[in-house]
Amino acid sequence: MSAITIEKIEKSFCATPVLREVSLSIADGEFLTLLGPSGCGKSTLLRILAGLEVQTGGSVSIGDRVVDGVRPKRRDVAMVFQSYALYPHMTVAQNMALPLRMRRLSSWQRLPLLGRFMPGTNAVVEEIDKVVMRTAKALGIGHLLARKPGQLSGGQRQRVAVGRAMVREPAVFLMDEPLSNLDAKLRVQMRAEIKELHHRLGVTFVYVTHDQSEAMTMSDRVAVMLDGELLQVAQPQEIYDDPDDRRVAEFIGSPKINMLDARLREGGLADTAGTSFSIAGNIGPGTALTLGIRPEAFHLVDAGGRNVLTGAVRLVEHMGSDLYVHLDVPGTDHPVVARLLAERAPQIATGQTLHLGVKPERLLLFSADGKRLRHDHHRNATVLRIKERVQ
Amino acid sequence: MSRAASTAIKPAGSSADRHGTRKALRHHRLAETFAAWSLAGPALVLLVVLFFLPVFAIFAIALTDWQFGASNLSFVGLGNFKEVFADEGFRASLVNTILYVVIVVPGTIVLGLTIALLIESGKSCRAFYRAIHFLPFMATLTAMAIAWEALLHPTIGLVNQTLAGLGLPTANWLRDENTVLPALAMIGIWQNLGYAMVLFLAGLKSIPQDLYDAADIDGADLWLDRLRTVTLPMLGPVTMFVFIVVALKAFETFDTVQVLTQGGPGHASEMLLYTLYRESFEYLRTGYGASVAVVFLSIVVALTLIQARVMDRKVHYQ
Amino acid sequence: MSTPHSQGLSAVLRHCVLLITGALILIPFVWMVSLSIKPPGEIFRASFSFWPQQFYGIENYTRALTEAPLPQYMLNGVFVCTMIVVLQIAVCAPAAYALAKLDFPGKNLLFAMVLIALILPHEVLSLPLFILGYQIGILNTYAALIFPYVVSPFGIFLFRQFFKTIPDDVIHAARLDGLSELSIVWKIMVPMALPAIIAFGIFSVVSHWNSLFWPLIAVRDQSLMPPPLGIMAFKNEEAGNDYGPLMAASTLVVAPLIIAFLSAQRWFVEGLTGGAVK
Repeated sequence: MSAITIEKIEKSFCATPVLREVSLSIADGEFLTLLGPSGCGKSTLLRILAGLEVQTGGSVSIGDRVVDGVRPKRRDVAMVFQSYALYPHMTVAQNMALPLRMRRLSSWQRLPLLGRFMPGTNAVVEEIDKVVMRTAKALGIGHLLARKPGQLSGGQRQRVAVGRAMVREPAVFLMDEPLSNLDAKLRVQMRAEIKELHHRLGVTFVYVTHDQSEAMTMSDRVAVMLDGELLQVAQPQEIYDDPDDRRVAEFIGSPKINMLDARLREGGLADTAGTSFSIAGNIGPGTALTLGIRPEAFHLVDAGGRNVLTGAVRLVEHMGSDLYVHLDVPGTDHPVVARLLAERAPQIATGQTLHLGVKPERLLLFSADGKRLRHDHHRNATVLRIKERVQ
Repeated sequence: MSRAASTAIKPAGSSADRHGTRKALRHHRLAETFAAWSLAGPALVLLVVLFFLPVFAIFAIALTDWQFGASNLSFVGLGNFKEVFADEGFRASLVNTILYVVIVVPGTIVLGLTIALLIESGKSCRAFYRAIHFLPFMATLTAMAIAWEALLHPTIGLVNQTLAGLGLPTANWLRDENTVLPALAMIGIWQNLGYAMVLFLAGLKSIPQDLYDAADIDGADLWLDRLRTVTLPMLGPVTMFVFIVVALKAFETFDTVQVLTQGGPGHASEMLLYTLYRESFEYLRTGYGASVAVVFLSIVVALTLIQARVMDRKVHYQ
Repeated sequence: MSTPHSQGLSAVLRHCVLLITGALILIPFVWMVSLSIKPPGEIFRASFSFWPQQFYGIENYTRALTEAPLPQYMLNGVFVCTMIVVLQIAVCAPAAYALAKLDFPGKNLLFAMVLIALILPHEVLSLPLFILGYQIGILNTYAALIFPYVVSPFGIFLFRQFFKTIPDDVIHAARLDGLSELSIVWKIMVPMALPAIIAFGIFSVVSHWNSLFWPLIAVRDQSLMPPPLGIMAFKNEEAGNDYGPLMAASTLVVAPLIIAFLSAQRWFVEGLTGGAVK
């Protein structure tokens, strides 16, 4: 079938490495998102899967077949491009029919004018027209078939691009930031439509984006990439709750996770920012750590103490249901950002002193080299929090 | 899904795999190279046969005393060039060409710029005026030269009739060695000013409105002030470009000489390209003609290199 | 400050000056047409009037069309220009695509060759090309008129510039859709670059329709002459000072391009000023 195996893929442009030994398995029918900031190599990896670029090292298999050196045309993959890459001189119908014409008609049958008279052409062309019509209707663009891309809105072009990929019934769909040229409202709508398309077609989707909300809402699994490296591959919630790497924790989540440098002392206490946090687990005293605290892990308490950060309010952002409170905490370089439920937070004024408590199990610990340090009860905490959310 | 499963990494690629990838990469490059050369191949072959070999040939022939049709030739080194520059006819031709360029280029630029500014200063009838002034540039010059001959005819030509009517002296424009070159230059200006105008119009369009607004606020709101502070400085690069392009066109003048004067009277209207044609194809002095071609080529290449530097500067402007 | 009054005045002034320069520019055309409908007597009486007292157009134009094989010249011109432009596009578009979008050893060298060829004035090459034509025995045929222009460095350069502006994604999409490189050129690049192709086509047709230098060298037979050469021959041999038919012939040679120009002005201006107007 169409599982994808990526083994130790390397790619360099003029001796500048853009992909470093990336390995990844994608299950048949899975929706996998490659997530990372621009320039992290995610699009290059997608183009290598498509065969548009060739890796410097490593190997790609699609299904059970090693496809290194196989031309894009023969890989049974379809791709939706960020710019849609529609052919502006062709109508929507011609755009969508082209991949089928190239595959189902011989080069004699494709000749302009003459091709019509080759045996069998008409039957194939009719069949292609039917497929195009059916696909266009399914995407809600049946009435646009005679138009040219220039006469369509952004959302309609996007659908045509998807349609052109769909008609071929490929084993793998590759999507390179397909929503980034749409306005915010349409993006949310198309997000749902693409997810639904994935359900309906049941084939493998590899989706590239720099937008974490797209990655979190659509994917079965998310692969976070940075500087040509694959940092973590996991389900969206796991990526957020249980990041393997400091860079993953910092990339995912908005507002950004708070990072506090600390040093562990006897008794499982970590000192930072004028307070100390109790750290469970078997980490040796004297270890330098970074404590990661998600903004929503804070809750208001009445007084300072252990596991409580104290500081002066610098800025309050009202987001409707939530408040983002920026706090100047002595001993930290950046303001600490807390996300509090508006209904539970009393009137908070700039300059006011605030105490923010954190449950120890919600601390994310990272070693000095950025790797995640896990303490024993972490699993339980995750389970606990999932229960909280359900309530 | 457990972490171990989710990041399942297959065993490291063996050396055989690696070899396969290299091969794929090489294959991909080879395929692209092959495609590129089969697409560009015809153009390459034709460029070599129709441009590069002829250029080498012209330099080679210029060093011989070959006459077309003769079975033997000998190497004469720079002999042809010595002969060319000693030849009164060629010297006249060179001087005439330079004189012609010196008249045509400023005339074309000043008129082209003026007309472009006038057209751009209002909104109405722009396309109409542009079309009229551009017409001579694309009309068949051989045919138009014949029309000019009728206009400049000493007795029945419109030009002399008008002059006589105004009580001004008339002339036999194309048969008098004092007037023939200015007359050809006038035709040259007539033909090229529309081209200069179109280039200037494009240059004017690319001047951002902001600059005019800024000049207005700074107090340069009179037409002449705006022209001096904004328009002309911003047209600098375009003007240099027009200068070179029109100079090249003027150097390559042939049709009017061939149709109207054949270089006469005497050598008074002989120009480089006409000399090149006559020596090479009428007198069949092939070696000599080739050295004229080399001289001509040198001038054109020098002008083009200046243009390339100007265009470089134009890019830096933006 | 400019008042509405002075603005009105300057607008009037603008129209006056432009109408006068425009009229001066048009004089040769007007005079040509005028003489083409006058009888010899009137031409030599030299009057200012545009319209003849005795309309002699039919006689002049008939003589132009019969005494000189003018229709033959025009057909030659059409045939030669069509062949040249078709061959140029066929040769230049694939090369320009390779230069714009493919990566291959020798690419820079090839592009340098195009740029050098772009500088070379064609007249300088005429002597070797004449010898080449003589050696392969095609002088004094249609092929002689066509072969020097089969590849156009300007065409390659212009197409390459235009192809470069077409996003790579479109080519990638085409490869995924199964097009070969050659069909990418003809089915995707050329249709997408149609404005450049048309502009180049106009440039090519106008310059070869109007060209005198090379035809003068390449052909001797009247039956092969393109219009400029034909009309020159007509002037030298038949008409001499018989201005009426000569002007009629000139009018007929100039007319097709003028009509085409007036009906597609923008395209002509773009084509004839080439990459310069950008």
